[in-house]
Amino acid sequence: MSASGIAAGAPVRTAEIQLSGLVKSFRGPDGPIEAVRGIDVDISAGETVALLGPNGAGKSTTIDMLLGLLAPDGGAVSVFGGSPREAVARGAVGAMLQTGDLIRDLSVRELIAMMASLYPAPLDVDEVLELTGVDGIAAQRTQKLSGGQTQRVRFAVALVSNPELLVLDEPTVAMDVEGRRGFWTTMRAFAARGKTIVFATHYLEEADAYADRAVLMAHGRIVADGPTTEIRAMVGTRTIRATLPDVDVDSLAALAGVNGAERHGEAVILTCTDSDVAIRALLAAAPDARDIEIVAAGLEQAFLALTADEAVEPTADGPGASSR
Amino acid sequence: MNPLIYTRYELLRTLRNRRFFLLSLGFPLILYYLIAGSQRNVHDLGSTGLSAPLYYMVGLASFGTMAAMLSSGARIAAERAVGWNRQLRITPLSPRSYFRAKVVTAYMMALLSLLALYIAGTTLGVSLPADQWLKMTGLIIVALVPFAALGVLLGHRLTPDSIGPALGGGVSLLAFVGGTWFPIPASGFLHDVAQFVPSYWLVQASHVALGGHPWPARAWVVMAGWTIVLSIAAARAYRQDTGRV
Repeated sequence: MSASGIAAGAPVRTAEIQLSGLVKSFRGPDGPIEAVRGIDVDISAGETVALLGPNGAGKSTTIDMLLGLLAPDGGAVSVFGGSPREAVARGAVGAMLQTGDLIRDLSVRELIAMMASLYPAPLDVDEVLELTGVDGIAAQRTQKLSGGQTQRVRFAVALVSNPELLVLDEPTVAMDVEGRRGFWTTMRAFAARGKTIVFATHYLEEADAYADRAVLMAHGRIVADGPTTEIRAMVGTRTIRATLPDVDVDSLAALAGVNGAERHGEAVILTCTDSDVAIRALLAAAPDARDIEIVAAGLEQAFLALTADEAVEPTADGPGASSR
Repeated sequence: MNPLIYTRYELLRTLRNRRFFLLSLGFPLILYYLIAGSQRNVHDLGSTGLSAPLYYMVGLASFGTMAAMLSSGARIAAERAVGWNRQLRITPLSPRSYFRAKVVTAYMMALLSLLALYIAGTTLGVSLPADQWLKMTGLIIVALVPFAALGVLLGHRLTPDSIGPALGGGVSLLAFVGGTWFPIPASGFLHDVAQFVPSYWLVQASHVALGGHPWPARAWVVMAGWTIVLSIAAARAYRQDTGRV
């Protein structure tokens, strides 16, 4: 199951941001830890791309290299035709890093105004305060904010730069449900201005709902890259669950329209490529199946299936190898 | 895009951090009143012909300004610990503007410390001709340049929990070798070492108010050497300092 089919179907646009052959390892107690093992991603202007993966997949390392905070061991990063540093120096990049707190002893408004003063064409400070929902706490000192408020102010810091490329590393981690909804509404409005957005997340529903495209990472590699709808189509789109005690799961996995079967006690769960074909085949093969449920799989299942493949066979030419 | 705005907010932040501000200015004052207050009527300290309040005011001027300059490192270390340094790195803020803000802030603290000691001195009866005060202040400002670079260097190399002991020990050591607490002998090992230590020349700068000589050529060379070495080291530390702390 290769991801290359998806990449081939993508429309041809100029890649404004190119990560080519990125490799990065860190020193660890038991020898080098290969955080990123060869990543190729091209991002066009105006795209919203989700970098999706579990903790330790290499997302933050990739983002640090994209921002020029970390020099790759191998490969190259090009942002709007130059190095990340050049793009940062001319104010084309805004970012919200994964970790980080605010400096103390300024009010929220002062902090945003200070950051705005560093950029050539910042957004209006009051507009940003309102957009990010921190206008109510604009006069508060930064050290007095709650975790969710801090996160929103950090978003305001990234947004006020009015960047062409906005990079967000796990932006909604500390936000409550309402904060998250507000955050994504603002993001959509920002994306509608033609801005390029790259965000890392391990919330699959966020990638599904807000990105044009998802790049799935696991173990420092890209395991899939394409529109979220196509990624879901890459593995079983639906699962069938049935109570079926005395049937060999291997025979079920071989049924038409089924690409995987698992047993959970008396129940079996079939992952399907085509659930219509599969249910007919199942009832023909095992007419005594009871309590049948057919459930649509989310990106979560796709994600688990793809990253599980990668874990079993973590070689460069394995099934989950990079799409390009 | 006005980099001076960043400097202005840095100054504002420093003034608002009441604990940092009061402790930085307070300790030299407390030391001064403890040491000089009890000897305020000693007009010929150790037959130097100098009054005790004047002698210690000048001594603490070098100590207080040095500590104030280096404490910028503690603030930098704290900013790095919360990841703010990385946030600044993804803005167009140039290293030059960054260093300017840090150095200007450090000088503000040093000059306020100096001013506080002058005022404390006058309450104990110190009075100096205006030109002597100005000469001393001017030379102290020059002598603090290498300490500005050292503060930035330490801030980017150390963590908040290691910079406390580093500054406490470092300032004590520099003050000792520099002759803040007692005069460096005119010859011998300590004298030879002191010639190459920036705090020695800082103390000599403040001793201008005691009728000491302005710096000889060697002082300028030593201070310029330290400034160059420490500035390069600080710039390198800043450049390399983009990782997570």
